[in-house]
Amino acid sequence: MKVTVRFFASVKEQLGRELEEIEVPAGISTVGGLRAHLRARGGRWAEVLAETRRVTAAVNQDMVKPGAAIKPGDEVAFFPPVTGG
Amino acid sequence: MKISVQRDDFDVSSELKLLSKTPRVGALASFVGVVREVAMTLEHYPGMTENSIRKIAEEARSRWQVIDCTVIHRYGDLRPNDQIVLVAVASAHRGEAFAACEFIMDYLKTRAPFWKKEHAAEGSRWVEAKSSDDDAAERWRLRQGATKP
Repeated sequence: MKVTVRFFASVKEQLGRELEEIEVPAGISTVGGLRAHLRARGGRWAEVLAETRRVTAAVNQDMVKPGAAIKPGDEVAFFPPVTGG
Repeated sequence: MKISVQRDDFDVSSELKLLSKTPRVGALASFVGVVREVAMTLEHYPGMTENSIRKIAEEARSRWQVIDCTVIHRYGDLRPNDQIVLVAVASAHRGEAFAACEFIMDYLKTRAPFWKKEHAAEGSRWVEAKSSDDDAAERWRLRQGATKP
């Protein structure tokens, strides 16, 4: 399935990427699974999306836990904890 | 209810005047966040940011007797003393207005997708989220739990 992945703030800067269409391999059905898939690219991806790093995810613009399901056409976003206000 | 995420500055007194014109209003509580010392750039997630603020404001309206409210948050480049955010709540009485205003602000800090990058003389850096902000939001959840039968 295909999903759109967006990155924000320090995650975007460190990955050098803002937006990407990703063909998600069969067997990956959650946000956490997608994050692990991206981490497996190695290099900066492994570092920025490491399990020890606090990275928040959103699916279709709702913040979610790593176990949240993803489906074709979803917009998934990864970003650091928010600091507005 | 007015929710705005904008680059431009806002005028607090005209925003409050608009809210005070609502029927039955007896109390207006407002909070203004200001850039403290260092210039910064605020990034947001267009669409999600507005929606998350709206949800937080709706939650406040379900908890307190809120007649109307306004939330304006800026993004882009800001300098020291610039206004960042306005939360204003109109209610019949002050207790409800104060509580709803503080609730919206506390949740906004941890739920609304904004990120601050500070530009100091020695370089730029992303501001780290504070656990005290999580605690501030969490206390409202606990309070709600405590009032439930």
